[in-house]
Amino acid sequence: MDVVVLVKQVPDTESLIQIAEDSVSIKTGDLKWIINPYDEFAVEEALQIRETQGGTVTILSMGPEKATEAIRTALAMGADSGVLINDPMTAGGDALTTAKVLAAALKEIPYDLIIAGQRAVDGDNYQVGSAVAEYLGIPQISLVIKEEIFNGKIRCHRVFEGGTVVVETPFPALFTTQRGLNEPRYASLPGIMKAKKKPLDIKTLADIGIDPAIVGKAGSKTKIKTLNFPSERQAVRMIDGESGAEKAANLVKILHGEIKAI
Amino acid sequence: MSKRKIFVGGEFLITDSEPGDMFIVEEMTTEHKMIYSAATDFVKKEILPNDEQFEKINEDYARSLLEMAGNLGLNGTDIPEAYGGEDMDKTSTCLVTEALGGAPSFSVSFGAHTGIGTLPIVYFGSDEQKRKYLPKLATGEWFASYCLTETDAGSDALNTRTTASLTEDGKFYILNGEKIYITNGAWADIYIVYAKVDGKSFTGFIVERAFPGLSLGKEEDKMGIKGSSTTSVILKDCRVPKENVLFEIGQGHKVAFNVLNIGRYKLAASTVGACKIAITEAVKYANSREQFGRKISSFGMIKNKLADMSIRTFMAESLVYRLAGAIDDRFNTLDETAKQQVTENAKTIEEYALECSIAKIYGSECADFCMDELVQIFGGSGYIAGYPPERMYRDTRINRIFEGTNEINRLLIPATILKRAMKGRLDLLNAVQVVGEEIRNYLSDTVIMGDAPLAVQERLVKISKKIFLLAAGKAANRLGANLEEEQEVMGFMADMIIEIYVMESGLLRAMKIISKKGESNAQYHDATAKIYINDTFPKIVHWARQILSYVEAGDDQAAQIATVNRLADYPPTETIALRRLVAEKVIKARKYPF
Ligand SMILES: Cc1cc2nc3c(=O)[nH]c(=O)nc-3n(C[C@H](O)[C@H](O)[C@H](O)COP(=O)(O)OP(=O)(O)OC[C@H]3O[C@@H](n4cnc5c(N)ncnc54)[C@H](O)[C@@H]3O)c2cc1C
Repeated sequence: MDVVVLVKQVPDTESLIQIAEDSVSIKTGDLKWIINPYDEFAVEEALQIRETQGGTVTILSMGPEKATEAIRTALAMGADSGVLINDPMTAGGDALTTAKVLAAALKEIPYDLIIAGQRAVDGDNYQVGSAVAEYLGIPQISLVIKEEIFNGKIRCHRVFEGGTVVVETPFPALFTTQRGLNEPRYASLPGIMKAKKKPLDIKTLADIGIDPAIVGKAGSKTKIKTLNFPSERQAVRMIDGESGAEKAANLVKILHGEIKAI
Repeated sequence: MSKRKIFVGGEFLITDSEPGDMFIVEEMTTEHKMIYSAATDFVKKEILPNDEQFEKINEDYARSLLEMAGNLGLNGTDIPEAYGGEDMDKTSTCLVTEALGGAPSFSVSFGAHTGIGTLPIVYFGSDEQKRKYLPKLATGEWFASYCLTETDAGSDALNTRTTASLTEDGKFYILNGEKIYITNGAWADIYIVYAKVDGKSFTGFIVERAFPGLSLGKEEDKMGIKGSSTTSVILKDCRVPKENVLFEIGQGHKVAFNVLNIGRYKLAASTVGACKIAITEAVKYANSREQFGRKISSFGMIKNKLADMSIRTFMAESLVYRLAGAIDDRFNTLDETAKQQVTENAKTIEEYALECSIAKIYGSECADFCMDELVQIFGGSGYIAGYPPERMYRDTRINRIFEGTNEINRLLIPATILKRAMKGRLDLLNAVQVVGEEIRNYLSDTVIMGDAPLAVQERLVKISKKIFLLAAGKAANRLGANLEEEQEVMGFMADMIIEIYVMESGLLRAMKIISKKGESNAQYHDATAKIYINDTFPKIVHWARQILSYVEAGDDQAAQIATVNRLADYPPTETIALRRLVAEKVIKARKYPF
């Protein structure tokens, strides 16, 4: 079974995020970068599938040269090879243009199964995995917390409001990960040293035969107008009152009179 | 990688380095970065969430952590690949050690295991010993310990009472004696024990837990690091096969002391990790605690603390990685056969003995400073068990005591310099003469200072060296062979040497970063070097005056002190605004800001 994992390099969730002067992007100078946590689940699941089914695990990413670090980390976890689409013309794109590029790259990488994170924790678009499946014309299952492979099919448990649903599909297919799917392994030091020698191809848009006009900023259907921080959480205010009834009355007074919420 | 100039140990006192001569942690390779994140992730996910586990002994937990560390390859960075390790450079080992330094108690168990426990075999073991023991130590299946201290042999480590005598059939050594305060004592599967063969020849032995005649005392009740094991190790007619002699009979001091050198710079790396955690805790609290209607991080007094914790940690980090880079560079000059030779390895480690002592002293004192300020920032909560500062304050205190007390290490620094000067290994005498000439001809006073970034600080570091050479030269001259008995003078000399190395390491790192990123992107590095050197230079002057006022008298004394005053004349740097700048960065970043 050949599995391809879509991986994005994102700022560490503990990083201090600062909005850049252009007000539509963030300052990247001091950031620490990591593999998108949902993609780590995807890498782990792919490695577990390889352990039982055999085959290969390929990491595919689009991003700046620096994103090779995320690919190397996945290789250190145990993946076999990596491909990075690195082209200045992809800059400023949205989720859809990213999916177009990845789908084009996937035309040249053999796969039975594609696994992606449900979303990247930076843009929070929840779109790339699904859009890749659409562009490739293959079935997709999202928010998977468990999968089983048998008789040439994959059966996935996906969560939805208040329960889980079990979905089955033949290969090739794509699914996206949800927290709870697995506990990603650490990259070990010997793994890190081995990763250095594993193949990692860096390709441009020309290499994968895609027209720059339909990707990047030029091809985007959405545009970030401005970035703002959420307003700081207000201090907690305790409602005074001798009894429950009195507290309730005071609360209503505040909600109605002061805040004008009701 | 660019070629760095190789300095011999102690040479920094007489030759100025260029920024390009020094490795800085910002020059990590992608692999280094991945190694550091693997190790920090391990601490963050497996250890820190359970920090209350480390207030008591829990052998199963410690063992499971050691095995987990083994699976990740963290135990084997110094072990050759042929024996189950990864044989990485010292920078990698430092990164792993630093990351583990953030782990309560386990940092000490891990440090003793991978450092003083494992390294005697790595550097001094026979092929057979390496094959037998190293793979188990790399996986973490076995815990290692190092047994030097005895009741009457603490700082005076060679005063060992433990004896070893060969059996009549010549197959075993029979060991008798008692070692105390042994880290990993109750958990260890092997003990590196030092004993005197026939009461004379100081020798190392590898003693397995299962050898008949080995028993353990009860767990010590300690001030801190309560989750680490510390016991006595009792050898009563303990039968150790002859093959388990480590290195050569009568050569145990080489094993014991060279391994301590490595242990010392690793200890420093570990304190850097602990300081970074302290800064994170401190700033998190200072940003949330409000008094007088304001966050306490908005008060200048608290800002100063956050800035100073970060500045000193920056200095410790700069010197630790500089030293790791220097040791690596020196190891890299050895060819493959030399690397296999015990004597070549020992020589390489010994070369930087005094820098290792500097790292140990500065790291442990920097950590004490940081933990103390951490308690203070927390106020009353800092004194209450259950909040991190109370435990961290107790835990760090041991670092000034073990692996050679800071007093013993302070004595070693000038003693090593003087010994090397006498042997001609270090051209100190010439340097003292040159400075003497310069001073007589007022050459040092001719200030030709460009307006390059940190030019003033560069000059102050150079002047510090001249002041040291002047004072040390006079002390050696007047006190002669008695100097070693005049410990107070030795202490001042040590402090000068330490701070010169620290200032220079921080300065060169800041200069390197400024030249790489441009001045506007390195303003915090620039501020840090300025503040630290501004505050430290007067101490150098003070120590020199103290030495001179003791060893000189009359007109000579007045003349020498006037010379120092002349050299010391410099305009102060404004540091209040600079400290605020650094503090603001810490407050925003919510962690160590470099
Ligand atoms: C938790 C813990 C773990 C330890 N782990 C280990 C271990 O794994 N293996 C091991 O072998 N040992 C270990 N030790 C022992 C430790 O290394 C010694 O305690 C230390 O070296 C000091 O020796 P001492 O206690 O005998 O103090 P002493 O040597 O009696 O020193 C007492 C004081 O006198 C000072 N002093 C001594 N000699 C001089 C001198 N010549 N000039 C000036 N001042 C001097 C010292 O600096 C100190 O301040 C451990 C100790 C502790 C507490």
